[in-house]
This record gives sequence, structure tokens and C-alpha cells, in this order.
Amino acid sequence: MSAVPDSATALAPTSPPSPTPPPAGPLAQRYRHFVRRRLLLLAALLAVLCASVVADIALGPSTFAFADVLRGLFTPGALSQAQQVILWEVRLPYAVMAVLVGASLGLAGAEMQTALNNPLASPFTLGVSAAAAVGASAAVVSGFTLLTWGENLAVPLCAFVGAACATALIQLLAWRQGATVDTVVLFGIALLFSFEALLWLLQFIADSNALQQIVFWTMGSLGRATWTKIGIVGTVLLLCLLWSARQAWALTALRAGEDQARSFGIAVERLRLVTLLRVSLLAATALSFVGTIGFVGLVGPHIARMLLGEDHRYYLPGSALAGALMLSLASILSKALVPGVVLPIGIITALVGVPLFMTLVLRQRRVA
Amino acid sequence: MKDGLQIDQLTAGYPGRPVLQGVDLTGVPPGTLVAVVGPNAVGKSTLLKAVAGLRPAQGRVWLEGTDLATLAPRERLRRVGYLPQALPQSTSLVAYETWQSALRASRSEWSTAQREAAIESVVATLGLQALALRRLDELSGGQRQMVGLAQVIVRAPRLLLLDEPTSALDLRWQLQVLQAVRALVLQQGAIGLVAVHDLNLALRFCQHVLVLGGGSVLAAGAPATVLTPVLLQRAYGVLARVERCSEGHLLVLADAALPQ
Repeated sequence: MSAVPDSATALAPTSPPSPTPPPAGPLAQRYRHFVRRRLLLLAALLAVLCASVVADIALGPSTFAFADVLRGLFTPGALSQAQQVILWEVRLPYAVMAVLVGASLGLAGAEMQTALNNPLASPFTLGVSAAAAVGASAAVVSGFTLLTWGENLAVPLCAFVGAACATALIQLLAWRQGATVDTVVLFGIALLFSFEALLWLLQFIADSNALQQIVFWTMGSLGRATWTKIGIVGTVLLLCLLWSARQAWALTALRAGEDQARSFGIAVERLRLVTLLRVSLLAATALSFVGTIGFVGLVGPHIARMLLGEDHRYYLPGSALAGALMLSLASILSKALVPGVVLPIGIITALVGVPLFMTLVLRQRRVA
Repeated sequence: MKDGLQIDQLTAGYPGRPVLQGVDLTGVPPGTLVAVVGPNAVGKSTLLKAVAGLRPAQGRVWLEGTDLATLAPRERLRRVGYLPQALPQSTSLVAYETWQSALRASRSEWSTAQREAAIESVVATLGLQALALRRLDELSGGQRQMVGLAQVIVRAPRLLLLDEPTSALDLRWQLQVLQAVRALVLQQGAIGLVAVHDLNLALRFCQHVLVLGGGSVLAAGAPATVLTPVLLQRAYGVLARVERCSEGHLLVLADAALPQ
């Protein structure tokens, strides 16, 4: 027997909690204060996003007084017919689509980074965007049309199928026994190159008109936004947000370590598959309507992680808000950089996203 | 066996490479801390994972009269707390959130107040107040190991499986952690299986020792009777002495490694 005296009486016991809970201890109170700070940050992000959306609506090639914009939002009848069309059929769908697509990509990136335990994972870096581009290009080259709700949804549908195929392939590997997370990430990068090669092949065989459409699609544009498309993207985003909120605790536990999570009874493989399924739905739906938009799914989660940490109750909505804010600001820039011209938003996100990403990485290194 | 832990003919390993064959452990009453010792790659971690139900295994593991294999995986993991050898990941989660998520995942029936009380108690037991709201990526390896240990203990499992819980800790924390674990096990009538390399820690804190060698049990019983120079030579291939120090503790002193 040990010569160490039994210290059970000297140490605070870890007994199962009593049925009548005691009042919150000092540590719980400190943590609640800590959580309140995070909620304030989330509220601040939301406020900045609202301001950005208003600025996005107010900006455009045609002159539109800021007061008229605000008036038109609440009492559309106060505007002229032309102004109503500009506001409700062009600027508002544009701005709302930027928010929804940005939020979808931010959420998809955050979930992908958690599921694959890799801060570089995103729909863009793992080939999902490239696959969507291949699907869209195939629709353009083949001349396939699909008229639904008064719109030709052939290109978005094929882009969705392409993106879904890419994520299905990534999921298939994740599901296969023995495939480690690192292998899945490498496979995603290999997929990116394969889909890019397919895209070049389609561009090579396309006629000049189709080629122009493909190139424009791959630059990403919010100009394709309509209320029908907004309804579809918004519904998918809302459902995925609610779905991911139900798994926020399990995803948070996964961030502390895969073995640890498994030992709490979390079916890690199943959680990973379900998360990737959500990512595929979010990314494929968002990208299919606006074309290739890079870096939002990569940088949005990094910003949220820096501000809010990785408790997924705050990290997931934070990533969605950060993604939405990034794309909304990019939308403003796309209209403000060259007066009278709306630049494709994919160009802006890449141009702004790369230096922003590098700054974040270098800052994190300095902190470490 | 009605109370305590009993392992019957446990066989586990990897496809085409069995690591453990026919491991038995009997006579472990509630309130016992068992040291699992043996050379590297002998199967200490495999044994703990197999008992936890995280690795396929044949044989029976009885805990407090229940064959663990008859329980649903989730129920089994509620009764068993497993601390892996790998440290908790370096993430921007704060320590409090890792404990909270562990409880949310495995003790969803507890109320928020019950969870907070459990965390408060464990943090006080292990002396982790200063780490509670710090991010894991700001902590040292040893501090993260303490956070991981608290993640296991906070769930109040009946069987604690700790895979080298002191590997990243300094001398003071090694003593403090094993002292706390021993106290918890004694007080709650639980059982702890602790894989350790330091035989002196096993001698000092554990009431039972299981020595693994060649995929099976070389010896088991009270550390003072099991850990003899002959056994240490057989298990580790070393010339060693077991002597009593001036304080009365038994100490293993390794003198030389024998040629392979």
C-alpha cells in the first residue's frame, strides 16, 4: 500500500451533482461575463453588417439620394417607377444575395475547417468551387436549358450537381475506413487541380459566345440575383444554420481533440459526414447562383475565430456574419472602385481576400 | 464479481496484428487505483482503449457486476472516462468550454446549474482556477494535460482509464495529479486504471499493478510484492533494485540495461 496519506478529505470532492443545484459559483459567473462579451461582439458584427447593407443599396451607377433609398425601402410607393425597379429589382436583390452567399460560404468554411481539423479547408481550396464551375460550364457548352419559375435554372442546377459531386467524392473518402483527415484534405486539393483541368478542357472546346459566358461565370457576379434565387439560398442557409446549431456542442467537443470527443460518446465519423453534407448543401447552393467566389469561406471563419474563439455556439453564427460582411463590403467595393462600372465580385474577393488572409496569418504567427 | 472490475481473456489489437492476447485482471475492488505498466509498445494504450470500447476486442470486461459489452456504446462511455495519451488539441477554445462541451455531450440530462457545480468542484480539486478562461493554444503541454484530465473527471465516471496522465507534467504536478485521482477514486468507490512509465509513481500511489509483457499479463497484484528485481529484468531487460528509502517508501533504482 502507498505511504501517501489519503487526501480525500483535504481535496474538494467531485461528487455527482445534487438534485437541488447550488447557486452559480464564482467560476461560472466569470464564464458568464466572458460569454456576455462574445454576445456583444456578435451584436457589433451584426450592426456593422446592417450598415454595410444600407451602404451597398445606396451605391450604384445611377444617382440615387441616400434619403430616397431609405424612404423607398419602407414606402416603395414614394419613389418613381424607375427608382422602384432599380431599388427592388437590382440593388436590394444584389445586396441581400451578397449577405446570404457570404453567410453560406462563411458557415460552410467554418464547418469544413472543424470537420477536417484544418484551418486551410474551405469550399474554394478543396475544389468545390472549381467543380461548380465545371458543372456550370458543361451547361453552357451543351446549351442545356431548364425553365422553372420563369427563369433558366440550367446553369445553377449543373453547378450545384458539380459542387455536390466534389463534396460527395470528399465524403466518400472521409467515410472509407482508414482515410485520415490529412488524406481527405490532400484529396480535396488534388480534386481542385482535376476540376480546373476539366474546366480548361471545356473552355477549349467552347465556341466564343460560350467561352465568354464561362469566363464571366468563373469571375463570380451578384448580378444574377433574383428573388427566387434569394429564396432558395436563404432557405438552405436557414435550415443549415438551425441544423448546425443542434450539433454545436458536439463540434465544440471535436475541437478539443478527436480521441477526447470519441470518449464522450460522440460518433466522430458520423458527425464528420453529416457536417460535410451540410457544407456541400451550403456551398453548392450559394456558388451555383453567383459563380466562383473565393476566400470568403476561408477568411470568414478565421476572423470569427479571432474575435469569438471556437465555441461553436458563437463561432458558427460569427463565421456566417463575418462571411456576409466580407461579401457585402466586397459588393460595395465592386461598385465604388471604377465609377459607373460594377466589377465581378469574385475579382474583388480574391484581390482583397489574399492580402487580408496573409495579414491574418502573419498576425497569428506574431501572437504565437 | 459483483463489485469492482474484472477483465476476462481480453484480446485486442489491429487487423492482422494482435497486440494483447488473453489479458486477465481480477480482485480489483471499488476504490482501487491500478497501475498498468510495461515496456513501450506492449499494449498499455490498446488495453485502455479496448476496455473503454474504443477498439474492437474479444473477451469480457465486468464493471460493478455489468458486462460492459452488453451496454450500448454511449451508455458504456458514460460509465467509463478515458483520457487519451494525445494532449487536447491546440485550439482557441478556452478550458472551461472543453469541460462544458464534455458534459453537454455525455451528461445531457444534467441541468446547467448541475454542470456548473461539477466543473467548479473539479477545478477546485485540481487547482485549475487560473487556467479556466485561458485558450488552449496559450497553454503549455502540461497545462493542456491537466485540462484533459479535468475533462474526464468532471463527468464522474465509475471507471477512469488514464493513458499516461503525467507524461507532460513536472514533478510537483505529477504528485498533485495522482494524489487527486487517488483521492477521487477512494472517495467515490470508483476504479482507476492508469498507464504509467514511472514505476515509483505506481509504487507510491497505486494499490494494484498490472505488468504487461509479450502481449499478456506478466504479473498482477500489490505493487510492493509484484515489482521485484527479477520481474523488472524479465519485463524491461534491466538490472534494478527495489529499496526502501529513509521515509519508508519503496523505490525502484535501475542500474543497467541488459544487452538485447
